[in-house]
Amino acid sequence: MMGLPSLALTGFGPTGWGAQLLWAAGMTVAVSVTAFAIGLAIGGLGAWAKLSGGRVAGWLATAYTTVLRGVPDLLVIYLFYFGGSQVLTSIGRWMGHDGFVGLNGFTAGALAVAVVSGAYQTEVIRGAVGAVSRGQGEAGRTLGLSRWRVLRHVLAPQILRAALPGMGNVWQLVVKESALISVTGLVELLRQVSVAAGSTREPFLFYVTGAALYLVITSMSGALFQAAERHSRRGWTAAR
Amino acid sequence: MIDPAFLTDTIGQLLGGLPLTLSLSAISILAGGVLALALALLRRSSGIGSLFVRAYVFVFRGSPLLVQIFLIYYGLSQFPALRHSVLWPFLRQPYWCAVLALALNTAAYASEIIRGGLIAVPSGMIEAGRALGLSPFRLFRLIVLPLAVRQALPAYGNEIVIMVKSTALASIITLMEITGIAHQIIGDTFRSFEVFLCAGAIYLALNSLIARGVWLIERRLSPIV
Repeated sequence: MMGLPSLALTGFGPTGWGAQLLWAAGMTVAVSVTAFAIGLAIGGLGAWAKLSGGRVAGWLATAYTTVLRGVPDLLVIYLFYFGGSQVLTSIGRWMGHDGFVGLNGFTAGALAVAVVSGAYQTEVIRGAVGAVSRGQGEAGRTLGLSRWRVLRHVLAPQILRAALPGMGNVWQLVVKESALISVTGLVELLRQVSVAAGSTREPFLFYVTGAALYLVITSMSGALFQAAERHSRRGWTAAR
Repeated sequence: MIDPAFLTDTIGQLLGGLPLTLSLSAISILAGGVLALALALLRRSSGIGSLFVRAYVFVFRGSPLLVQIFLIYYGLSQFPALRHSVLWPFLRQPYWCAVLALALNTAAYASEIIRGGLIAVPSGMIEAGRALGLSPFRLFRLIVLPLAVRQALPAYGNEIVIMVKSTALASIITLMEITGIAHQIIGDTFRSFEVFLCAGAIYLALNSLIARGVWLIERRLSPIV
């Protein structure tokens, strides 16, 4: 039954799951940040391949974004979790180690979500690069700046400004997708909530608490992204 | 390395889950679409209705779909009142829990897409309709809705593809659709890469058919310029 005693279950008292839930929420943030960072690197590479890589690189990048955006994320997580252990085991056997080598849930899950988010990130970055006019880079070169300084001081800030809203969306996607990593047994927020729900027989209370904690994570990080967007636009809207 | 007999056998087994994937997608997209239209219209009203829709969208877009599925599948059965109600024959089945969660979830995203379409209807068109003496209902039915649908269609097409992919989560609450069967085959054979290849190909084929269909409707609804 729902009532006041059951609320103590989500608190920090002796019967409360508060500390475990907070720890698990931290794990969700950690796995999401890892996946987002790797996905960002993949996205940069993918955008480069699509924009100025050769024909083969461009084709590979298109195949990558098409497949990863058209296939359920859960399948990708299964591929990395089961397939990763398979690859590690055969590498181990090749190196003379007999027996099963498992890929842990954190690594497999973060890699899987990274590869999925990298596909979305590729499109975000590609669009942002396209939004900055060619003349900007040429003007920088005319001023005698080196290629690196043109990228660092002229192009990158403008690309980032155009890409930030899209990156914010990808981040939200990553946080929500990280819940699927619970199928690997990694004790992130959803897994911890499920365990608590099972052992207290209060599934409604704990899943509502879990949903609320996800809302806290997504809305707080959303505010952070909005602040970053404002910062990247400073002096820009006024000047137009 | 790659064993063609295994691939064709796997594809055959996975296709057994296609009807379930399709029915989960179709029912939740249809129900979610109707709910989304109602939410989008309520969002335009002033006061409490609009506030409710904003809270609804915030909650369903800000939390993972899997949490919503678990909340409905495991959470609702906790209440004796619900277990004794007329809804119980439905909500005791994982199938209807999945459909309910998917429909409520897509309604949040789709209501924002439809809202965008409604905003994009030029005010001159509405004024012209009013000047012709159309009743509010006929104005909506004959002018606002068709223009909004045309405007919202590309984004709605994306949402449909996302929904088809999302039905994979139903496998976590025991439904043996394509991904559920894929998981089972991986567990039996440990050939995750081949199984991923087969299941991925089915989803990609399905999604490109949908994208093509949406594109055809878009073309049909576009005025000749």
